[in-house]
Amino acid sequence: MAYAVEADKLIKTYPGDVTALDGLSITVRPGEILGLLGPNGAGKSSTIKILTTLARPDSGTATVAGHSVLRHPDRVRRVIGVVSQNSGADPAAGGRDNLTLQGRLYGMRGAGLTRRVDELLDRFDLAEAAGRAVRTYSGGMRRRLDVALGLVHRPAVLFLDEPTTGLDPEARAALWAEIGRLAGDDSLAILLTTHYLDEADRLAGRLAIVDHGRIVAEGTPDALKAELRGDAVHLEMSSVPDEELVRSAIGAVPGVREVVLDGARLSARADDGPAAVPIILAALDRAGVPVASVTVARPSLDDVYLRYAGRRFAQADTGGAQ
Amino acid sequence: MSAVLVQNWWMTHRRLKALVRQPAVVGMMLMQPAIWLFLFGGLFKNIVELPGFAGQSYLGYLVPGVVVMSAVSSNMWAGMSVIEEIDRGTLNRFLVTPVSRGAIMNAGVIEQAVSTAVQSVLIIVLGWIGGAHYTGGVTGLAALVLASVLLGAVFSALSNTMGLLVRQREMIIGLSVALLLPLTFLSSAFMPTALMPGWIRHVAAFNPVNWSLEAARAGLLAKPDWTNLAVHGGWLLALAALMVWLATYSFRAYQKSI
Repeated sequence: MAYAVEADKLIKTYPGDVTALDGLSITVRPGEILGLLGPNGAGKSSTIKILTTLARPDSGTATVAGHSVLRHPDRVRRVIGVVSQNSGADPAAGGRDNLTLQGRLYGMRGAGLTRRVDELLDRFDLAEAAGRAVRTYSGGMRRRLDVALGLVHRPAVLFLDEPTTGLDPEARAALWAEIGRLAGDDSLAILLTTHYLDEADRLAGRLAIVDHGRIVAEGTPDALKAELRGDAVHLEMSSVPDEELVRSAIGAVPGVREVVLDGARLSARADDGPAAVPIILAALDRAGVPVASVTVARPSLDDVYLRYAGRRFAQADTGGAQ
Repeated sequence: MSAVLVQNWWMTHRRLKALVRQPAVVGMMLMQPAIWLFLFGGLFKNIVELPGFAGQSYLGYLVPGVVVMSAVSSNMWAGMSVIEEIDRGTLNRFLVTPVSRGAIMNAGVIEQAVSTAVQSVLIIVLGWIGGAHYTGGVTGLAALVLASVLLGAVFSALSNTMGLLVRQREMIIGLSVALLLPLTFLSSAFMPTALMPGWIRHVAAFNPVNWSLEAARAGLLAKPDWTNLAVHGGWLLALAALMVWLATYSFRAYQKSI
């Protein structure tokens, strides 16, 4: 089967020995939304920059719609649509002018272009504001215009780089609905990057989790969650405990595995979470480790991330980079 | 028309349209020149009684000086919009489309040339309203406008290079403040070469602002001095070409840095 996007062992370093990509490989099939999930600095944006011909990898290969990004960047540019983190729209021009210019850069013109622009203005609910300067648009409107800009020339592959960052919940839900509708198009492949777990869960047909410049796990959100058999048990201790002590106490509890200690937080997996909690608490109590809180949950993407990246997603995200 | 020409046209069109959208800017564009022409020109009115001014009014003498000075001043800001377009993501948005990289650069150069020409013509008209006489007629005025456009290209390319490589607004503001007045005072903008102290005359010989004034003043003579016009115009053209090449080179460096 021909892939819409195929990246193989991409490596990219930036001056100062910062390794952005460390052998990253991904594939996206036509009609599929692949979600690239990872904290800031994991390598998502570098991947997008290489696949959209903005940057060149140090090594590795990539093709988009069958064209090599290294040998034929010009051909790649004709078939991709890009919605980057920054809105690239011209704030002084209106929505219609922005869309029309974008179409012209792809060689579109005349009545065909006018029709396409009208169609997109309608579809993204921007028809009324079409003549107004983009600087007067709300965040949500601006983002919808950005997506429309990426679609003017009917691309085969659409790149959405953190499309809902900075939007309020209502605007985010509206954009999610719109992206969901795009997924109905069988010929369009979408590569979506996000650092929102709920966004990845909701939109992506398949997920690739990125950490330190490589893919650490891949699969449908459901399959990734199902791989984590049993419930997640999260404990918060009053202080950072002695690791050996905690491990030996918990190790004795039957049906509990994958114990991850991260400072004063402990996560583990249990076949039957609710039944395991009193036994774990008793074991820790005997070991003299005071517990501040405990929660039991069905597996979430956060647990998937924890399992493969060895730390909680939110912490990796705020702890940021590298 | 070939695809590349079409792209050049639409990219330039975008910038010119942005210019037309803000008519107030034209007024702002003329504030400074008006101050130099009428306040400075008024204050130093009697300076023409010194020998060396060839019987001209000081306002008439000042017009070419203010035209080229304004060309330097407004073109020095070109890099600000480059930084803005980088920060906003507009430049990268163009770079992921099939638009020719040359068209992106050319659009900036053409826009600066058009706005500099318009500004120059408006200052010439302003001077004429104030009572300046242009002895060289249309040919002389055309030489003046062309010289200011070339000089503008030199400084907009310098500013764009700064914008692309350093990407700091402070750099561009600092450069503009540091260069504008010294370069103007080290030229025949306010005072004829014959009346300058020797050392300033020597420095002025290497000053592109002075080259453009030499070329313009040669064209504005009742009987144009074609040799002088060609020599200084030639130097100016060569420097402009070099600077535009430098800006194009830094555009490639920017692309590599993404």
